[in-house]
Order: sequence, then C-alpha cells, then structure tokens
Amino acid sequence: MTDDRDTAAMGFAGRVFRWLGSPTGRACLALALVLLVGFVFHADGAFYKAGTHRDALRQTSVYGILAAGMTLVIVTGGIDLAVGSVLALVSVCFATLTIHWGWSAWAAVPLALLIGALCGGASGLAVASWRVQPFIATLAMMALARGLAKYASGGMKVSTAVQEVDGAYRYVAVPAVFRAIDTRILGDNVPVVTAIFAVCFGLAWLALARHRWGRQLYAIGGNEEAARLSGLPVVGAKFAAYVASGLFAAVAGICQAAQEQQGDPEAGAGYELLAIAMVVVGGTSLMGGRGGLGLTLIGILTIGYLEKILSINAVPEAGRLMLTGVIILAAVLTQKRGR
Amino acid sequence: MSFLMMHPAQTTSVLRMDGIGMRFGPVTVLDDVSFDLRAGEVHVLAGENGAGKSTLIKILAGVHRPCGGTMTLDGCAYAPAGPNDATHRGVAVVHQELSLIPAMSVADNLFLGCERTRGGWVDHASQHAAARRALAGIGLELDVTRAVESFPIGVRQMIEIGKALAHEARVLVMDEPTSALNAQEAEQLFALVALLKGRGCGLVYITHKMEEIERLADRITVLRDGRRVGTAPRAELPMERLVEWMVGREVGERFPRHAPHAGEELLRLTGFSVFSGGRSARPTVDGVSLTVRRGEIVGLGGLQGSGGSELMGGLFGAYGARTSGTAAVRGRAARFTAPRQAIRAGLAYVTNDRKASGLVLDQTIVFNATLADLPRLSPFGWRRPRAERAAAREATQPLQLRADSLDMSVGALSGGNQQKVVVAKWLRLGPDLLLLDEPTRGIDVGAKRELYSLLNAWTARGMGILMITSEMPELLAMSDRIVVLHRGRATATLTAAEATAERVLAAAMGQGGASRVTEATQS
Repeated sequence: MTDDRDTAAMGFAGRVFRWLGSPTGRACLALALVLLVGFVFHADGAFYKAGTHRDALRQTSVYGILAAGMTLVIVTGGIDLAVGSVLALVSVCFATLTIHWGWSAWAAVPLALLIGALCGGASGLAVASWRVQPFIATLAMMALARGLAKYASGGMKVSTAVQEVDGAYRYVAVPAVFRAIDTRILGDNVPVVTAIFAVCFGLAWLALARHRWGRQLYAIGGNEEAARLSGLPVVGAKFAAYVASGLFAAVAGICQAAQEQQGDPEAGAGYELLAIAMVVVGGTSLMGGRGGLGLTLIGILTIGYLEKILSINAVPEAGRLMLTGVIILAAVLTQKRGR
Repeated sequence: MSFLMMHPAQTTSVLRMDGIGMRFGPVTVLDDVSFDLRAGEVHVLAGENGAGKSTLIKILAGVHRPCGGTMTLDGCAYAPAGPNDATHRGVAVVHQELSLIPAMSVADNLFLGCERTRGGWVDHASQHAAARRALAGIGLELDVTRAVESFPIGVRQMIEIGKALAHEARVLVMDEPTSALNAQEAEQLFALVALLKGRGCGLVYITHKMEEIERLADRITVLRDGRRVGTAPRAELPMERLVEWMVGREVGERFPRHAPHAGEELLRLTGFSVFSGGRSARPTVDGVSLTVRRGEIVGLGGLQGSGGSELMGGLFGAYGARTSGTAAVRGRAARFTAPRQAIRAGLAYVTNDRKASGLVLDQTIVFNATLADLPRLSPFGWRRPRAERAAAREATQPLQLRADSLDMSVGALSGGNQQKVVVAKWLRLGPDLLLLDEPTRGIDVGAKRELYSLLNAWTARGMGILMITSEMPELLAMSDRIVVLHRGRATATLTAAEATAERVLAAAMGQGGASRVTEATQS
C-alpha cells in the first residue's frame, strides 16, 4: 500500500529511475547500450535491415536454447558445464541416425532427446543423490560426453559424404528433417530454429514461473535446508533440473546438426560458457535463488546482438572475443552495484 | 559545570551520541536519538525488534553513516569511516551472528586482517603467543592452533569477544551475546562482563532477556519505533515500566498459560534414539521415551547440546533413517525418513535457526508462507498466484505480521516478524503436533507475548506442542509437563506443579536420581 503511494508521489522520472535500479532495468540498460552501438556502427545501414535481425536471432537460437536450460539449473544454485559436449554428442548421434542409417525423424528425434536426457540425468544423479558439487559433476560429464561423441563418430565429422568400403566417397541426400529445421516459416520470416528456441524458452518460462517445480527450484537455490524441512522433494526437483538442461542441450544439438548438415564431435566447445554468460548478464545470480527466464532472455539478446553487431562491422574474431569479455564483465558489474 | 565537579565519576562519558537520525530510502529508522555511555558501566539498549537498536549499533560501529547528529568518543569528534576505523578508535562490536571463520585456527581468526608479519610472512609463533595472552586476559585458556569449529558455541562466543578486545577497546558492544549459549556458558560471559566493567570499559548490551537486564544493567535506554523513549538507572525502572516503555502499552502478565485441555495421545516415543553424527558415533538422543497429548505443551529442558533439537529433527525425518526405537503418531507407528512424510502425518517443525533452516530470505512473504503448502495450492502442478496471496494473507493475519506488503522479501523483516512467517508457513497446514525449537529466540517482548497467546489458542483447539526453550522462566511457565534431557538421555519428567528451576537444572546437569521417583509416581 505505502509502496504504491510512494511511487505515485515520485512521478514519472522517479519511477523510471527506480525501474532502472531493478534487475530487469539493469539488464535492459545493457541491452539498450548494445543496440545503441548497433545504431552508431550500423555498417552502411546493414543494422537497419530486417534480415540482419532475423539472422541475429537465428544465430543466437542454439545458445538461447542452452541458456534457457542453464537458467533452471543456475536457479538451484548449480551449474551445468556439460551442455556443449552433450550438444556435440547428440548432433553426432542424430547425424549418424538420419544420414547413415536413414532413420526417420520420428524415431531419430526422440532417441536424440533421450540421449540428452540421460546425460543430464547422470549429472543430476551425481549432484542430487550423491551430493557431488555441481561444478565437478558436470565437469566430469563434459569430458565423458565429449569422449562419447568422438567414440561414436570415430573422431570424424558425420556428414553426407559417406565413405564406402573401397575408400571412395559417396554423397547421400540431406535428410528431410535437416532441411525442415534449416528453413524459415511464417512467410519466410522466422527461421525454424528461432521458433524452436521460442518454444523451448516458453516451456522453461512456464515451468519456472508458473509451475510448482519452479517454486521448488527457487527454494532450493535460496535455502536448501529450509526447502527440505518444508517437505519439498529436493532431490527429485534438482535431478529434474539437470535432466531438463540435458534435454535442452539435445534440442540444441539437433538444431546444430541440421544447420551444419553434419554431426561434428568438436561442436559446441565453449558453448556452455556463453550460455552461462547469457544467464549471468541477464542478472540471474550464480548463488541461486534469484533471477529468472525473463532476465535470461534479455541476456540472450544482449550477447546475441553484440556478436552480430561486431560481425557485421567485420571486427576480427580476436577483437570480438576480447570485446565480449569486457562487455560481460561490465554488465555484471553494473548489476552488482544495485545489491 | 558545578554539577560536573560534584559528580565527576558519574559524568565521564566515554561515548556520546547526540540527535542521531537515519533514513533508508523513504523509511526513517532513527529519529533524533541520543545516547551516552560512561566508563565502567553496562548500558542496556532495549526495545522491540525493529525499534532501531541494530541500526544505532551499526552507526556506532561505522557500518552506516548517520544522516544527522554528532558523536564524540573520549571528548573527541567521532565519525568512523568504516568498521576498521571504528575498531582502531577503540569501538569493538560482538555481533549477534558469529563472525569467526570456522575452519581457521583461533589465532588466525584473532589476527584476521591485521596479521603479525615478519618480512611479509605471517609470524605464527608471535601470533600464537599474543593470541594466548589476549584470551588469558578474559579468562580463557585453550589451544589457539585448533580450528574454531572444534569448539562449542559458548567458547566461540568468548573467542569472538577476545577478538573484539584484541584492540584495546574502550567501548564494547554486545548484541544478544547469550542467545546461543547455555546457562553455564552464559555465567562465564557474565563474569567476563563484570571483569571488563571493572577495567573501565564501557559496555553497550543488547538483550531481550529480562533476567539479564535485571542482573547486568547499570542504566537502560529504551528505543521504540526509531525514537528514544527514555534512559533510566535500572533501580528506577521496574520491569513492568520497562516493558511498558518498550511496547508502548501495558502488557499484563508475562506468561499467560491457560489450563491444559489434555486429550488423546498424539505422540509416543519409546526408546527413541537419533544418530545425527552417523551410526558409528555416540547417539545424540539416546533411548528417550515421552508422550504428547492433544491440547498439551510438553517442554524439553536441558543444556545446549543435550539433544533436544536432534530429537525433534530425528522425529521429523530430517536425519533420514539414522534413528532407532519406536515413534507412534496418533497410535500408528511413524518412523519418518523424510520431512515430507512427517508433514503428511500432521507434524510441523519450527527450527531454532529461522535464517539457516526456516526461511528463504531472498524471497517474498507469500513465497515463504506458502512453501510447505505448495502441493495443495498448485493442483496438477500449476501454481495459482492469487490463491497463494490469499493463503499467505489468511495465514499471517492472525499472527499480526507487521509488513508493508506481502511482496516484501522476508530478509528485510525484523526477527519477530520473520518468526511469524515461519509459523504462518506451518499453520497453513493445520498441524496436529507442532515441534517448536526455541520459538522466542531473538524476538522481542511484545512478539513473545503474542506467541504465548497463540500457543494457548492452538492447544485449546487440540493441537499438541513439543517445545524447546533455553529460557527457564518460559519453560517453567508455558509447559504442562517438562522432560529434561542430559547428554541425549531423559533424566526427569516433571509435571508443571513439580517443576522448579532447581529441579530442572539438577536434571539437566545429569542428576537424574529424583526423576525416576517422579516417573514411578506418575505411572
């Protein structure tokens, strides 16, 4: 009650100021700054073209899917370092199933998702039931999944160039599911991967903001002992968060395979760090219990646009990486000042 | 001036705070508060939770800078730039929450931030000697190379004081120093207070315990709603007046326990043991038998570490399967291995540390008050935010929770109001058996009395309550029966009529001879 009155008395400027001090406001400020850079360095008007934005969204979708799953884990106070490797494992398996073995998408997609869920489940089991520290448990899974990806592919990219017994290469057709994922829908406006990202994001948001499970994740991240003594299924809820992260990594792996038209066992290296950066730049606390998917979305857009703006301005990769590092640090520092 | 000449001893103020004001955003926390402290006196700072005591202390300790007013220390202007500055000027604060690093040695803790070095390297020998000297000065002899966590909490509190005094403090602030101590440890602390007083140190002492005020205070200053109500020598401020000053209204008798309405048996423990430290360690609760009936408050007495908290935790399933013996709830065997099972059977457990195990501090009142009731409030898994709000309002209203809005994070509430949120969380479930572990720890007189009335109302409705309290008057007055524990064993079961402070204490110290007679006469 008093809060409303105070806000009314403050007037418009006051309200804006207060909003800028909130986590959402701070995250939006970072995004606005990045967009401002885009307006200034628009690369001869390239920034004003719809195609650029569509491209930015498409390119960031795979990371975005990972970040959505990552948010669920980070809210519990955990972390999932394995998502990049799981993405590679799934993309290798998915490519093998569809290209080499000629499976239909209806069989290959569920199996690919199952592989992701199993990897996440293994991390979840270690973290929730055996009480291994999330950093260590998922670091182990990161190495394990990368090894599996290399084992499954024999260390080679799984592409449409299939090697015959005599050593000659034979080119097979790109599977229909690859082409379906790599197109655009809605009047050629929305890339399918972006639509997949939107669905994944929506599901994660529903779970965290509107489902009982989301409450449990926040409670675990905020005070695990209090959650346990309040009768919350701590072990199950945590386990499910890692399974979800693995599932999301599998979805990202399928998208990655379809876009590259191959399964690359080296794919996704470092993706987990970019996904974590997106979550953190959004303002979700690595300590757990604070933040949410709305913030993560802003973080995804901030980093996604940053990469795009640097690339349309033809900033070389070395400079791009350095600038990304600086901007992540700056964004997190502005958020810290509010606490 | 002539007054000064006539009573020199009484007017040598070590510390003066004049017209101190403090605002956090739009909220005025302190308004024109003045306070003075003389050398060699214990000045009790009293007031309900949220009255502004902690803020005043934080200003004194250099944590906050006041919005108005002046401070002088030994006659010189005093405006600390930060906690370190305050320490070096001779103002030491012993915090409510212990500020020691558990895994580090006593000596390392004592010299944290001001290590004794030789050529840049820590000089351990010199530190150990100096630490031993500093602790010997307050009558504490222990192995300073051992980790702080290996000492009981009472000793840790003393080490904390030793740390505060390592810098020749002129002013020592103690914020509820006995809240985690048992009777014996508290005695040691009081002796130390007397010692420091004799050395001419000025002590500011914050406490909610009336016995301590009566025993220790030379003068008392009462704060209420950020203002100073008054300052008076203890002799001129009888307890009733003091409480009236603090609460701003007459409170009536302190412990209004109604006659019990004992009904059917709710809980029966037979030979119940808890192995909270693992199966191989000595059981922390060893073969305890007790019963709780509907409408009854059973008090669990005993010194700190006697096993009461572990008994509750074990019964509630907090230690998994590390229990033995039999427990029956409403006549049915009940060996809970997870809190969820206990909750389903109608138990609720208010732990002794609301911050560590009761609340999710970052989250709102609504979040916390509905946490245990999520399954019912979210049919098919989907939450209904409106129903949650309504539920939180309904649960907190009878407790007279004081908060600006239900969307406030509970971390911003005062201790008493935080405790009410914990209680509200459990009341939502309509439990049959309520386990209360130190329910009044760190909450003010007014809130305590409100809680006592609630206990009466709940038992009148047929709830059974098992309660641990380290405050003897509370234990004696509110319990219908008292089970006293000593090192995990029940050494006495006393009815309200039989119970006296002496008998409870004797049993708590392990003199169980009398108790067997009592048990025999009861059965």
